[in-house]
Amino acid sequence: MNYEALRHFADSWGLLFMAGVFLMLIGWTFRPGAGRSHHEAAHMIFDEDKNDV
Amino acid sequence: MDNLLVRAGGWLLLVFLAFVAMVMAVDGGFAVHMGIIMAACLIALLVTVSKADYAAIGRGILKAPADPGKYDDDPIRWGVIATLFWGMAGFAVGLYIALQLAFPVLNLGLEYTTFGRLRPLHTSAVIFAFGGNALIATSFYIVQRTCRARLAFPGLARFVFWGYQLFIVLAATGYLLGITQSKEYAEPEWYVDIWLTIVWVSYAAVFIGTIVKRSEPHIYVANWFFLAFILTVAMLHLVNGLAMPVSLLGAKSYSAFAGVQDALTQWWYGHNAVGFFLTAGFLGMMYYFVPKQAERPVYSYRLSIIHFWSLIFLYIWAGPHHLHYTALPDWAQTLGMVFSIVLWMPSWGGMINGLMTLNGAWDKIRTDPIIRMMVLALAFYGMSTFEGPMMSIKSVNSLSHYTDWTIGHVHSGALGWNGMITFAALYYMVPRLWGRPKLYSLRMVNWHFWLATIGIVLYIASMWVAGIMQGLMWREYGDDGYLVYAFSEVVSAMFPMYLIRAAGGLLYLAGAVVMVYNVWMTIAGHVRDEKPMTETPHDEAADKPLVAVPAE
Repeated sequence: MNYEALRHFADSWGLLFMAGVFLMLIGWTFRPGAGRSHHEAAHMIFDEDKNDV
Repeated sequence: MDNLLVRAGGWLLLVFLAFVAMVMAVDGGFAVHMGIIMAACLIALLVTVSKADYAAIGRGILKAPADPGKYDDDPIRWGVIATLFWGMAGFAVGLYIALQLAFPVLNLGLEYTTFGRLRPLHTSAVIFAFGGNALIATSFYIVQRTCRARLAFPGLARFVFWGYQLFIVLAATGYLLGITQSKEYAEPEWYVDIWLTIVWVSYAAVFIGTIVKRSEPHIYVANWFFLAFILTVAMLHLVNGLAMPVSLLGAKSYSAFAGVQDALTQWWYGHNAVGFFLTAGFLGMMYYFVPKQAERPVYSYRLSIIHFWSLIFLYIWAGPHHLHYTALPDWAQTLGMVFSIVLWMPSWGGMINGLMTLNGAWDKIRTDPIIRMMVLALAFYGMSTFEGPMMSIKSVNSLSHYTDWTIGHVHSGALGWNGMITFAALYYMVPRLWGRPKLYSLRMVNWHFWLATIGIVLYIASMWVAGIMQGLMWREYGDDGYLVYAFSEVVSAMFPMYLIRAAGGLLYLAGAVVMVYNVWMTIAGHVRDEKPMTETPHDEAADKPLVAVPAE
């Protein structure tokens, strides 16, 4: 694969793939039920101090 | 006993190999480094032999395994002390080189103490020694507590700590001896790079191993940031460090890349060192310690995940903005600029997320100086991630590049964001790690806050003035088409700003001295007798029921 081909791949399919993966990862946080698990995750650091030295 | 014998023998073998390498070395610097490695192995040998419990071995008693009901905090305690130690060293060298710029006589006429050799010592000491130790310590602290599991591979965790210190010593002494591969933030030569790779892979193993054996089903977002930091730094270091040594017993090597490819690889590394070492890693601290100290969950967990993925996807492309108006292809420069500007959004999303965590608890800024430090850190995270994209715009960059504005920008991020969030994290951890009821003195934290804040303001304000003045003087043409100012005139015009910058550095260092004393006294188990930061007013005389008084 030469430089030109790599460039064309990068600014077409490569770009599309990266953008797609990114949008899926962002979209995942808006799935139904995400709010509840986010709430749990955000609060979980507060029930952990029991065996601090 | 066999085990002890093998370990002692192994260290002795390493001592011998380092000695041979020292004697056969083709240059003096490499010989000194092999001597340091030999000394390190000798110390390890001595500790192995003297710390062994011979009586227990003799009676065939196996060592009791560590208490699984407690977190493995020893390497974290060492890390806190190392952070403070290297911080003091790095800040002091920074102040010294700031004064060297104002008073060149401080170069002392020795090659070892010239600005050119002390500057990488300063940058590496504050970024990798102070920041790196803080990151390793806090990541081990946070990953254990959010996973509710002890560190995986305790022996390896100890190796990570001591191996990293050896890396720092080799890097620092190397700079003074003039050993450098001349890549900014990646100055150490090939053999030190290989050593760092071994240490870093071990670090990744301990961190990932702990996540794997977690008892909490969810991996808290702070760990995502730490994981991104560890993996990306490994990748950056491996690619940018590709080099061919001239001799296996000499320090010198040549980069695998040449010309503009080398420059781009370096700044792909360099900017992501900022993006993943100084941003992602420290955001891991932020997402844990800010909610903990504020006793409130993070403002929006969803936003923290969006913040994470946006940083991951955008930062990696921003590097070319370090090479505006160079031989780098124009499209690559524009690409770097565009991604830098887009990066502004997730950065501010993260800042807002951190600040809004205080929603409903804003009064803590008045009463809790640790919260105040965190708020300042977030404010500087926001300021420097606004300034950075602005400076990456080509037309702004044509004024700012190569001037002290860049230095001011870096220190707004480093002193304001990295420094303050690290101080806050240390103040949070120290009483907990050493089992003390509270810090020695909250009022001294307040002093530290103000000394550091005024120091930062003096630093960045003077560097704005110096940088913009410098940029304007360099580009000033007269009517006859000649440059108006000689380079030396620009240098002498900056003298007052250099003094103000050094004063700012002195204040920042003074704040750190206050911190060292405070931490020292906390560990020693003292609590300062002092007025609390806030008192709810109480009027004893008025504290009684109203009794009707008959009219006269």
